[in-house]
Amino acid sequence: MGPSDTTGAQDGAPVPAIRIGGLHKSFGDNHVLRGIDFVVGEGEVVCVIGPSGSGKSTLLRCVNRLEEADEGSILIEGADIRDPDADVDLLRSRIGMVFQSFNLFPHLSVLRNLTIAQRRVRRRSEAEATEVARHNLARVGLSDKIDAYPAHLSGGQQQRVAIARALSMDPDMMLFDEPTSALDPELVGEVLEVMRALASEGMTMMVVTHEMGFARDVADRVVFMDEGVVVEEGPPERILVAPEHDRTRRFLKVVADG
Amino acid sequence: MTRRRRQRLVRGLLYASAVAVVVALAAVADVDLLRRNFLDREIAATMFPDVLLIAARNTIVYTALAFTFGLALGLVLALMRLSSIGPYRWFATVYIEVFRGLPALLTIFLVGFGIPIAFQVRWPILVQITLGLGIVAAAYMAETIRAGIEAVPRGQMEAARSLGMSRGRAMASIIIPQGFRIIVPPLTNELVLLIKDTSLLFVLGTTPATKELTKFGRDILTARANATPLIVVGAVYLLITIPLTQLVAVLERRNARAR
Repeated sequence: MGPSDTTGAQDGAPVPAIRIGGLHKSFGDNHVLRGIDFVVGEGEVVCVIGPSGSGKSTLLRCVNRLEEADEGSILIEGADIRDPDADVDLLRSRIGMVFQSFNLFPHLSVLRNLTIAQRRVRRRSEAEATEVARHNLARVGLSDKIDAYPAHLSGGQQQRVAIARALSMDPDMMLFDEPTSALDPELVGEVLEVMRALASEGMTMMVVTHEMGFARDVADRVVFMDEGVVVEEGPPERILVAPEHDRTRRFLKVVADG
Repeated sequence: MTRRRRQRLVRGLLYASAVAVVVALAAVADVDLLRRNFLDREIAATMFPDVLLIAARNTIVYTALAFTFGLALGLVLALMRLSSIGPYRWFATVYIEVFRGLPALLTIFLVGFGIPIAFQVRWPILVQITLGLGIVAAAYMAETIRAGIEAVPRGQMEAARSLGMSRGRAMASIIIPQGFRIIVPPLTNELVLLIKDTSLLFVLGTTPATKELTKFGRDILTARANATPLIVVGAVYLLITIPLTQLVAVLERRNARAR
């Protein structure tokens, strides 16, 4: 398969931000991804839902090669990232990632958390990196925490800083790996609010989440995964309200009852 | 008898017997003889100021040199041990096992006498000291540093890589600084051990100007047939090591607060 017929770039149609085809991934005997086809369009917000162990986090982590897929293709803006000659570091610097457990650098202040990759990877000057950091801290509403250390922030604040850190690299797209799952319930809202604002600004987002309300309100498309395959996908009002498949219905019922 | 009263009685008996032993020893020992042989003020006075200006200074300089060398080499070895490249790992493993397994004295001998015999070169004494002690220190520190690096959560490397940092850059900017914070206490322990191990350096044949504390004390002990120099030198060691361990306790508490 040549790149020209996988990117769908005929007739000036835009190249999707992420296009995954026939993706397989195993951990030992555990076949986690069993042939995934998946697209995220430019400026699209896609929420991936599904029971734990369905492979949704693994799929997300394959997109910036934190996990190496065994088989299949992953095209980021039309370029095959599984190519052995691909510059993984450059690729990753264009894809923002937000983790379930925040993963802020505890030995660095908030400002340094936001500037270190700008300086070391983007080679920005101290002044420019600081300027970008201030701008992004303001976006997540934490300008007053610029000199704080991560340990002195609440979970919700840490996750907002983590989002600002990813944004400071001016990424073309953002990946969210269960960004609110490690938070106390009362702190979930502030993080979702930041993500909502990001979506309304037109950021391309792939979000693995258990927040059905967020998926319903913000997603352009919802993808339901179970046992390593995409069971069904579509607009949130269809997938979350009137799904075609039994497995989707059962999952939604469990989540609603939970 | 209640449990508590019995405990109190047992403890009282222990204290009483300890005091009895001390009193008995004092009665048997010739206190005057002890004082003349261990606490001779006149001999102690002749040791100053050289015990501080030469011997203690040398001990500190040798320790600092060996520690710096050992830390640098230990870091390289730790990274080699964690490498995905087999030969690097094997080399580091063999190095660590060999130099932790050999007595430090033997390694110092090997550097001081083996290298001149093998290569027909005689290195300056400071180089011999740095190598002799540093080679051993590196083996111990490599394992400590490795443990520190491994104690940094995996998510830290993932976050750094997800921002586009190379593995090496992530190690240098994110992982190693955090690893070192974790190992400040064990590293200080290595430093204190190293201070004491400088007492082995006499085998390299130190001159009056290059004597460290133990050699300095022993030479006076031999010349005067009196043990007082050992007491003085011992006190100087404690003067160096105790503030050091206290300083680290303070740093550790501050670190714990910052986390």
